[in-house]
Amino acid sequence: MTSEWASPAVIVAILAMAAATYPMRAGGYWLMGRIALTPRVRRMLEASPGAVIVATILPILIREGLPAALAILAAGAAMYFFRRDYLAVAAGMALAAAARAFLT
Amino acid sequence: MIDRTQSSAPYWSLEGLVLGARLMLPLVPGMIAFAIAVGSTAAGKGLSFIESMLMNVLVYAGASQMVALGVWPEQLTVASIAALALLAGTVNARMLLLGAGLRPWLGPLPAWQTYPTLHLLTDPGWIVAMRYRGEGGSDVSVLLGGALLVFAVWMAATTAGYLLGALVPNPRAFALDLVMPIFFAAMLVPLWRGRRRAIPWVVAGVVALAVSYLVEGWWYVIAGSLAGTIAGGFVHDE
Repeated sequence: MTSEWASPAVIVAILAMAAATYPMRAGGYWLMGRIALTPRVRRMLEASPGAVIVATILPILIREGLPAALAILAAGAAMYFFRRDYLAVAAGMALAAAARAFLT
Repeated sequence: MIDRTQSSAPYWSLEGLVLGARLMLPLVPGMIAFAIAVGSTAAGKGLSFIESMLMNVLVYAGASQMVALGVWPEQLTVASIAALALLAGTVNARMLLLGAGLRPWLGPLPAWQTYPTLHLLTDPGWIVAMRYRGEGGSDVSVLLGGALLVFAVWMAATTAGYLLGALVPNPRAFALDLVMPIFFAAMLVPLWRGRRRAIPWVVAGVVALAVSYLVEGWWYVIAGSLAGTIAGGFVHDE
């Protein structure tokens, strides 16, 4: 397994993983080309960025507890008032790092 | 609310490439920390440098690679290779939804332009591009520019992680593990379109939380995203 170059079995495993992954990237796009873009479907697609974000971060937020909650509140506030992505991320990271240092 | 039927046709531009890359910059610290972890994990599991790079380019999906490397078998068999592929497919199934969301925007473009670009689709790249799109933009180069920056950072940082091991001694102390959730949360602010449009978010959150408690693994992302998206179809504007 620890050959200098690459072992055929590992390459096959990587190709298999790639073959399982690309259809996930392209499949939704492909499918939506074959489904009529009715107003309902359009509303669904418009709702999906927010839904994906909440579904991704809420369980992390609960698991990571107060530092993550403070960070996300700070980031949201920075975004709301200043509309600067950098500032939001910086404020969130600073608060999370500080909370982890002092609260734990 | 921007009516997307009024958005102009998709096009490509050099300025868009630069803008897309620039919009991704706030995420770079978190991406570096994560990519270093993936690179050093691959080295720790005994993959050769070439094998690791091959996976980084061809699979190009960090979360699924971490999960696969976590259960990487000593001896690869047909069964274990099939299991690794299945694992990669399930962890990445959420991207079906991301691709679907790009259809109204990229649909008019020829397939030879869109399908190669889709290989570079990532969660942060999609979020940044959808926000740009939501604000009325049509320049597809913004999507590609951000995607190319993610790819460049990913390749550089996985290489560094493979060769040098875990460079950042304790990424959690610097909250590097939270860059992505923080950025995603901040993106909800420009996505806000009033309370009614937030109902699908609540549905997504409740379903994701419930599933995360009930089912091991990454299913909660898919379940929550899908539930919220479907709910979005049934929320009408007043």
